[in-house]
Amino acid sequence: MSNPISKLRSELGIGIALVLELILFSILSPYFFTPENLLNVSLQVSIIAIIAAGMTFVILTSGIDLSVGSVVALAGIVTTSVLTIDTSFSVALPVAIIAGLAFGVASGAVAGICVTKFNITPFIVTLALMTIWRGAAFVYTEGRPVWELPAEFSTLGGGRILQVPLPSIIMVAVYLISHIVLTRTRFGRYVYAVGGNREAARLAGIRTERILLQVYMLCGMLAALSGILLASRMNSGQPNAGLMYELDAIAAVVVGGTSLFGGRGSIIGTFIGAMLIAVLRNGLNLLNVGSYVQQVIIGVVILLAVMVDQFRMRKRA
Amino acid sequence: MSGISKRYPGVLALEKVDFTVNAGEVHCLVGENGAGKSTLIKILSGALSPSEGSIQIDNQPVQLPSPHSALRLGISVIYQDFKLVPELSVAENIVLGHEPRGLLFIDRRKVHEIARAALLQLGEEIDTSAIVGTLSIAQRQIVEIAKALSRNVRILALDEPTASLTEREIENLFRVIRRLKSEGVGIIYISHRLEEVFDIGDRVTVLRDGKVVTSCPLPQVDRRKLIQWMVGREIEDEYPKIELQRGREILRIEHLSAAGLHDIDLTLYKGEILGIAGLVGSGRSELARVLFGADPKNEGRIFLDGKEMHPRSPHEAINEGIGLLTEDRNTLGLIMQMSVKENITISSMKSLGSLFIDEAKEQTTAMQYAKDLNIRPSTVDTEVENLSGGNRQKVVLARLLNTHAKVLIFDEPTAGIDVGAKHEIYTILNRLAEQGIGVVVISSDLPEVLGICDRIAVMCEGRIIEVLDRENATQEKIMLLATGNE
Repeated sequence: MSNPISKLRSELGIGIALVLELILFSILSPYFFTPENLLNVSLQVSIIAIIAAGMTFVILTSGIDLSVGSVVALAGIVTTSVLTIDTSFSVALPVAIIAGLAFGVASGAVAGICVTKFNITPFIVTLALMTIWRGAAFVYTEGRPVWELPAEFSTLGGGRILQVPLPSIIMVAVYLISHIVLTRTRFGRYVYAVGGNREAARLAGIRTERILLQVYMLCGMLAALSGILLASRMNSGQPNAGLMYELDAIAAVVVGGTSLFGGRGSIIGTFIGAMLIAVLRNGLNLLNVGSYVQQVIIGVVILLAVMVDQFRMRKRA
Repeated sequence: MSGISKRYPGVLALEKVDFTVNAGEVHCLVGENGAGKSTLIKILSGALSPSEGSIQIDNQPVQLPSPHSALRLGISVIYQDFKLVPELSVAENIVLGHEPRGLLFIDRRKVHEIARAALLQLGEEIDTSAIVGTLSIAQRQIVEIAKALSRNVRILALDEPTASLTEREIENLFRVIRRLKSEGVGIIYISHRLEEVFDIGDRVTVLRDGKVVTSCPLPQVDRRKLIQWMVGREIEDEYPKIELQRGREILRIEHLSAAGLHDIDLTLYKGEILGIAGLVGSGRSELARVLFGADPKNEGRIFLDGKEMHPRSPHEAINEGIGLLTEDRNTLGLIMQMSVKENITISSMKSLGSLFIDEAKEQTTAMQYAKDLNIRPSTVDTEVENLSGGNRQKVVLARLLNTHAKVLIFDEPTAGIDVGAKHEIYTILNRLAEQGIGVVVISSDLPEVLGICDRIAVMCEGRIIEVLDRENATQEKIMLLATGNE
């Protein structure tokens, strides 16, 4: 992350891959490169991309968060449940959103405390939380979606400003802020340091436990934000929402060049990684490639991207 | 090995190097960091292939395409960082890679037999079923050598074998080396510690910038000459020392107890360099870590500049004005993926703005230190991974200086560093003392302690046995105290 040229170069590779992909689908499908379709892609990618932004922070600290998919579901349920309380919508909406986000932050805090105070590996902690929140979502809703929401709620996920979907705008804002936080603030620098060498970071005077806690809380909050947007798009709180989203988010981060061992990577990389997968899915849809074949192709692309990245790392060393 | 060259893109790491080792001799290989010693050894071990040149064993040309082929020819290399598997037992490690097979499974009894035989050859008694992770560093080294012996070693290369050994363990190692020598093994010995070179070596080859400067029998050279060959210039005084007036008290420790520490009383004054000597495990590093808040204390009080302090974390200690240069810069000091600049400023980010980082200021700060401390390369955007040991140490040093602490503790500040960089570090320590900073130096290198410290506290089994003045201290005296013999 240090040398500005090599920093750029690591995102250049995947950036070129994305451009090639765009060109390829533009040739293969006349509908692909239209504003309408591209905005559509940006809407489709937004839910996963917002989760992946938080996941990038966690993975940079050499952690992982498997609970995000379940947080998506439960945050959506929390928000929609608040909305079913009979008050005026203008009062209920901010309260509902804050409640949903607060749940995400709380979930992240639980993960962070388990990781720092009890020294449990992030994989196990968040695997457990994934199961707990998913189970809780089904228990609380008795397996039924939360329905009968105020009609205005759907504008959050379905609305557009100057043709641009609202979730896409929120996604761009999340990435801009995340990028600035990671590259320009003290907190961002500490995130890289903790991921690079936790003990050395502690001995350098960084309060590593606090950084880790904050990182998991941030990741939980962004997952919850995604959950609220998803609930709005579905106009309901679904207990099985966000199933397997954790894997899509991790894939975006890894394809974007962030090292699972921590300390290396960038938020821009994750954005391109998420786009690469989303564009691929959209393009294959337009070409009428069946969803099973799509899964195979996407898996192969993930492998290829990581292999190329590894190859480049080894060449540098 | 004759005419060995190794070319990397843009760099000639070795240039037409000739190197021979005879059966039954200890051939020392010395030179500054980056002189090409490790590269030469890696070529011998088959880990790297030379760009040019040939290797002969018993006048027969050989090819060494892999470490495996080198091992089969009887070439064993013991690296500074051991290649043992900590989770396996001593015996399993010794036979690793050439396990005796029964019909289907590994023959356990035979494994232990082989291991025991190899250890016996060294005159060592280590339980063959002990898990390697539980052994001391010295014992692990013995296991490494036993591993080599179990494969019929003919050429044994040791890269900085004494870096983390105590005096007594070094003597033991030397005994083993002499024994192997008498059995006709050719030994290549790499070390920065010149007294060891004179102690154990028969011949010496000096490498500088990838070229052989000289190669001659050891009795023919003296220390001064050797250093001059290594550095390429004359070093006036190996241990520069400025005599300073002792100032007022800056740090006082009263009845401090913690894990591995018992009832420590110690006072540090401005303008002095206080040495802490003792064997590894005597509580030297533990004391430093407790003062720095990295480990908790049980009892006792610490006064910094007259004010009592309770460091509960390195974060607090740094804020209060205590800095620690950790023992192992690679695993406890540096963050390898980060640049020189980022490593220098990481402990003092608050001075670069409250939320956002003032990047211009960060750049100038780092550049200033790179210049002051002569860090090379001088581009502060390089990742520290790409720096040599001496320069890495200077980066950690710069980080420490930038915290503007009142007391700085240095744990083995010159371990694994070449003569030139050592000299620079001593000069910096002097300068710090001059500025009124309390300086504590923990070191296993006794000539160094005697050369640069004003007072020397000797530790043994978690206690401070005695604090010696510079005038009264000798190596023998320190060793006697450190081993609990007085």
